Amino acid sequence: MNFSELLIIALAAIFVQNFIFSRFLGLCPYLGVSKQLDSAIGMGASVIFVMSLASVVTWLVYNFLLIPAQSNLFYKIFNLDVEKIPDLRFLRTIAFILVIATLVQFVEMVVQKTSPSLYRSLGIYLPLITTNCAILGVSVLNIDSEYNFIESLVQGFTAGIGFTLALVLMAGIRIRLDMAEVPKPLKGLPIAFITAGLMAIAFLGFSGLSLE
Amino acid sequence: MTLSGELLKGIYKENPVLRLALGLCPTLAVSNSVINGIGMGTAFTFVLLGSNIIVSLIKKGVPDKIRIPVYIVIIASFVTIADLFMAGFAPKLHKALGIFVPLIVVNCIILGRAEAFASKNSLGRSILDAIGMGIGFTLTLVFIGFFREFLGDGKVLGTPVMGSSFEPVLLFILPPGAFLSLGFLMGFLNWIDSKKVRK
Repeated sequence: MNFSELLIIALAAIFVQNFIFSRFLGLCPYLGVSKQLDSAIGMGASVIFVMSLASVVTWLVYNFLLIPAQSNLFYKIFNLDVEKIPDLRFLRTIAFILVIATLVQFVEMVVQKTSPSLYRSLGIYLPLITTNCAILGVSVLNIDSEYNFIESLVQGFTAGIGFTLALVLMAGIRIRLDMAEVPKPLKGLPIAFITAGLMAIAFLGFSGLSLE
Repeated sequence: MTLSGELLKGIYKENPVLRLALGLCPTLAVSNSVINGIGMGTAFTFVLLGSNIIVSLIKKGVPDKIRIPVYIVIIASFVTIADLFMAGFAPKLHKALGIFVPLIVVNCIILGRAEAFASKNSLGRSILDAIGMGIGFTLTLVFIGFFREFLGDGKVLGTPVMGSSFEPVLLFILPPGAFLSLGFLMGFLNWIDSKKVRK
């Protein structure tokens, strides 16, 4: 494990393969909550938190429950042969979405009990996050890229930062767009998409970074 | 609403992507060619049809408080079926669609239809609604895919049609092209609607 590899994962997740502009994950909240700066920051903070947590938990579930290997808990508890461990990898989608839904519910309850002021500012965004495809997306990407535990955590955390960056930038632009003279058919969502397209062109510039 | 209206509303009047702005992630990510659009649209329609049928059948037995988790499990099961089926029979397409096949599970159109339509309507209407919405989604993907493939690559369905002197607008195959195409398409539909109202 060396630090530069983690840095590469982080830079890639924030800039080069930004979840919004390059991977197209999490667009519904991106367009839904980018109308005001306050709500954009609140949503961004919740996403960073849940994404890091979800990366860690889904990684643990996949590596200790689903794959047929020596790390599997069935193997340890029942002392099975490696060949006899059930291969549950096909349950990945169902397991991950249930884990994420439970996790979000749990975080919501904990935040509500421990810090009512934080709950007031973040609470309304938490239920929305379950259906945010960026969360499930980062979990699946971690597994597909065969990342280890630390790499998964770093990718989850920095992907959240990249998402927040895109969200906050967009919110700043959309506040000004409200006052701009936009052709009538393009008002609202269409102009938001075109703006996002122009921002994506700017982010395309980061793909010139060679991360080796 | 008449039965044919139930089927047709998803295609234009209540098109899930262009009118309701749902299911945007796969729309933008997968619409870089017509073939990908058809593949994604088919998998999506299968999952939507399956989930609408089951949700409509069990709507009376599901307690109100846990209905969302129940719907998610139903949808996830159908996504797993579609995922494994595609991996087995269309491995190339499965690879091209990549992570967006398992991500059908968080496509807000499917959960939205289960919650807003199938849990309140009869089986027949739910099936028609699913087919209509599925066709609407597929057509949108194919339409955007056609433009992006044509402008960005000079190809239609993978065959070059523009001759060698055509310089492709590479931008349209890249991510920004997806945002721009969808933005202008939505704007165009709004423009058509405003014309209709004036008449």
